[in-house]
Parts: sequence; structure tokens; C-alpha cells
Amino acid sequence: MARELIKGNTAVAEAALRAGLEAYFGYPITPQTELLEHLSARMPELNRAFVQAESELGAINMVYGAACTGKRVMSSSSSPGVSLMMEGISYIAGTELPAVIVDVVRGGPGLGNIAPAQGDYNQIVHGGGHGDYHLLVLAPASVQEAVDLTVLAFDLAEKYRIVVCVLMDGSLGQMMEPAELPPFMPLKTDIPDWAVAGIPGRKKNILTSINLDPPAQEVTNLRLMTRWQEIEANEVRFKEYFMDDAEYAVVGFGTAGRVALSAVREAREQGIKIGLLRPITVAPFPVKKIEELTSKVKAFLVVEMNSGMMLEDVRLAVSNRKPIEFFGRMGGVVPYPDEVLDAIHRLVEGQLTLEGHPRDRWLSFMREKIG
Amino acid sequence: MVDTDVKLVYTRPAGFEVTPTHYCPGCTHGVAHRLVAEVLEEMGELGNTIGVAPVGCSVFAYNYFNFDFVEAAHGRAPAMATGIKRVYPDRIVFTYQGDGDLASIGMGEIVAAAARGELLTVIFINNANYGMTGGQMAPTTLPGQKTTSSPTGRDVERQGFPIRTAELLSTLEGASYVVRRSLHDSRNIRNAKKAIRTAFEVQKQGLGFSMVELLSTCPTNWGMTPANARTWLRDSMIPYFPLGDYKVSPVVGELKI
Repeated sequence: MARELIKGNTAVAEAALRAGLEAYFGYPITPQTELLEHLSARMPELNRAFVQAESELGAINMVYGAACTGKRVMSSSSSPGVSLMMEGISYIAGTELPAVIVDVVRGGPGLGNIAPAQGDYNQIVHGGGHGDYHLLVLAPASVQEAVDLTVLAFDLAEKYRIVVCVLMDGSLGQMMEPAELPPFMPLKTDIPDWAVAGIPGRKKNILTSINLDPPAQEVTNLRLMTRWQEIEANEVRFKEYFMDDAEYAVVGFGTAGRVALSAVREAREQGIKIGLLRPITVAPFPVKKIEELTSKVKAFLVVEMNSGMMLEDVRLAVSNRKPIEFFGRMGGVVPYPDEVLDAIHRLVEGQLTLEGHPRDRWLSFMREKIG
Repeated sequence: MVDTDVKLVYTRPAGFEVTPTHYCPGCTHGVAHRLVAEVLEEMGELGNTIGVAPVGCSVFAYNYFNFDFVEAAHGRAPAMATGIKRVYPDRIVFTYQGDGDLASIGMGEIVAAAARGELLTVIFINNANYGMTGGQMAPTTLPGQKTTSSPTGRDVERQGFPIRTAELLSTLEGASYVVRRSLHDSRNIRNAKKAIRTAFEVQKQGLGFSMVELLSTCPTNWGMTPANARTWLRDSMIPYFPLGDYKVSPVVGELKI
């Protein structure tokens, strides 16, 4: 199939549809709305379920209901809307249902703004909802990758009966790039044995996240955590650039990783032996890969569009064995490659240290820079 | 000798599991459950039905019915039911919700589902308090009624007025059948069953959103005997929540059951 120039939000919507999406529920919020708009036209054309819900609360609970049928279901939103969905996401996780959530992250906290950001990392990767559960989180850095990961998201959700989040940002949602859409996949015809279906003569299924008996609930939690370990063992994805002979490693995901790649290329042209590790699954996080790099490189630079949320995961993996510096922009500001390049120069030319916290050094820098 | 004149006149509905319920003595949840099971059996829809349980006293309703059931987050049953019904338009999907669940935390979801004309049936239990958490003030608690969170009686100056849910939803175009019935005596129970049958028929025939509000007793939290609770329902609740048909769209009026 030929590549076409397509907007990120629209591409993800069309990719989901072609991957066999049978029910979509959403609520308008910038910078995600084109996703909902595209499906509002396409789903009814194909006689599939589409509801513009009354709120993100409504949308996620419609997803919860539809996910109980075992069909491919999805919602999409942006940061404040995803915050509202957290209750429902916890329920879906607790009921062990497959579902896909697309988060086109914008600047926050609060109402914030509609510009690209990565400030949802903590709420998506480290919880947000209550209880012991994990989301499997895929972080694309281009429209093509968003398309590919959306298709993968449905497969992984079904394989592990887990909620998979495609963690984008406003720039990926809004930008147009050439991308090849997947072929149309047939709709699922099999009904999982755990799903509710209302079929006479079939054994009754109850889907619930309640368990008033704490030891029995603990068994469920243990099953969820064991499945997560399996995901950690099998589903870590990342991409490396210029890492073969690298003496320094930049770590960045999504758009920040992409901007960092431009800076790394420039630094390479300047003769700096630096590479980029771009986690594609930010959950499960490529811990082993970072541990491996820890013995290879002199120091790390973490680049994010937040105040250093993934930074903590990198620090945990590095365990203070090598110096780490951080550069981020917050609140919807996207860093320029030049700013990242400057940060690379500060890393390579400056005094490396294992003392203190990289965020503190970055905050001092930022206070001088933007007051 | 077998007495061939013995006739079975009362039995467990086919839609029930053989299990005791956790409901308090004198609580009318059991009656409401039974009416739903009887109606679905009479309609031949037992195997074709998916129920949505709420958060509240009826949180474990799925243990008592013997068909597919899901358990919603507090107040979100109409949204969850919408998700199921849109995937399976030919199944019967209903929610069973209490007054705190439906008329307080879930008011947004129920209004939106009714406004969309979602093809759902809602069984709404109004017993004027939060039963599961031990009898706190609900959106249906009567003026002056004492609860554990309105210990001197509901003061409408500070706590506002009870919500008449059936009347409120009846203003929505998508709602085709919205009525209030009571479970305090056998005549009213029979009327309630007829309404539940009509509500499910409305869904089955694709005529729109349907809801039956059922005035119910909560002897434990009201601090009354079951008999006194029934009397209190009749004398105190019905004057504020009059029984009646609040919305019967013309096409529903022509239904022959």
C-alpha cells in the first residue's frame, strides 16, 4: 500500500479501524479531536459502534462495557480527559480486560494548554488509577510509528488482557507526515470464553473488579503482577541510534526522542561520540538495556518534555553508577534541537558528577534561562 | 401415594441462581430481582440478556441471576451498558441501580443515556438512603428524614431537596418509557411487574430508553420493622414521589403485551 500524507490523529484512528476496531467511545478534547472526528464518520460507514460520550467518564466506562464483550475497543483523549478516565482504567485493569487508550498529551497541570507535552508520563506509566496494576505503554515518535504501534496495541491488549496506552503528544497528533496505513484486517469472530455475550446455553460469565475477600483479591493482584513480569520479560521495545561506539547516551521517548535525535546527529558531525536510546515501550521500561549501557558509556543525558518523569526510571536503572544530566521543557514547550545540542555540550565539556540530583541542576539552569 | 392434585403455584424463577441473597430481612431488593427474572423468563430472553450491576446494596446482583453480568463503577452503569448494547444491539441489556448510584454520582451518565435514547432498560431502586454504606443521606432522602449523615433530619435549607428522578428524565426526548411504581404491597408489586415487562418490551422493540423507578424499603437503615417500613413507604415516600407514568411515548402506548 502506498504512503500518503496524513495527520497523526487521523492516521491512528484509521489504523485502529483497519486493525478491527469494533467500538469507539470518546469525547472532544484538543489536540486529540481529529481522532474522534475521523471515527465519527468511518465507524458508522462500516456499521461499527461509535458514541460521542457525555464526558471522558462516560467514554471510559463505555469502553469498559464494550471491552467485556472481548471485541476490539478504544478510546482516545488528551491529558485532562485522561485524568478523568483513571477510575475507569483501574476498573478495566482490575477486571483483566483488553482495551486501547490513546493519550495525545498536552501541557499541564490543570487546564494547561493544547501544546505538545509529555507530562502524562507519571499518570500513565506509574499509575494514576488506584491499586496494583500496570498499563503497557507504547510511545511513538512519528506518524508511521503511531500507526504501527496502534495495530500492535490491540494485539498486545488481547494477548495479555491488559490496557495498552499509545502515549503520543500534541505534535504527533497534529503533524502531517507520509505514512503507510495497514491493510484491513478481518473482524474478530471468536468470542473469548471469559467474555459476556448473552448467548443461550453458554455458561454464565460475571465480569467484575470487586473482591471483598482480601486474600482472594491478593491472588488476583498476584496474577496481574505475574503477567506484568511476563510482559517485562517479552515486550520491551526500544530503538538505538549511533550507539555502537557511543561514549555518551541520550535517552528520550516520543517527540523529545525525535528532537534529541536531530541534536545527536549534529553532535556526531561535530565529532562527539554520542548516541540515542529511544524507549518505544516506556512501560515496560528498557531497564536491562540501560543497565547494559551503564557499563559502556561515560554519562547519560535524559531529554523529556516534562520535569524529568522518565528521568527517575533511568536513575533507578543506572543506580548512580554513572553521571546523569537532564534537559527538559515543560508546560507545552517543545525543545529545539539546538537546546538539546547545548545540553550535550554541557554534558561532554562540563564537570561530571554522581552527587546531587540532575533535576536540581537543570532547574537552576532553567531559572537563569527563563526566570 | 402421590397426590396428583398437588399443583406447584410458586417456584424459583428460571433466571435465578440457587443461592441465598445477602439482603436484609424485609428489604424489597429480592422482590425487584424476582420481578426482573420473571419478566425475562416470560419474554424468553433469559439467555439473551446481559445485566449491569451497580455499586450499592445490589452490587452482588450478578450472584443471584444466572445469566451474563458485569459490575460497573459507581454511577457508571448506563455508560457501561451503552458499551455492551452498542456491540450487541440484539441482546437485552439492563442496569439495576440504586438512588445514590443513579441519582447522585451517576446523574450525568443516566441523563446522557436517556437523552441518547439508548436502548437500555433501567431498574431504579429508590429507598431514600445509601443502604450499602449504612444509611447516609441520598439524593432521594425526604425533607426531615434522619439518616447517619443528616442526624437531625434533612434540612432543605442546607442540604437541598430530594430529586424526583422519573419526572426529571421524562423531559428527555430519547426516553420512551419512564414510570414510578412501588413494592410496598402485593397490588403494587403486580403493577411494578407490568411496568418492568413494558420497559423490557420497549427495549426489545427498539423504541427507546426505558426506566422503572421502584420505591423500596430499607428496614435496617430506616430502623423499622419490615411491616412498619412498608407503611412508612406508603405514607411518607409516595406523597413526595407519586406513583405514575411520567413518560409513555405514543408508540409505547400502542404496545400490545
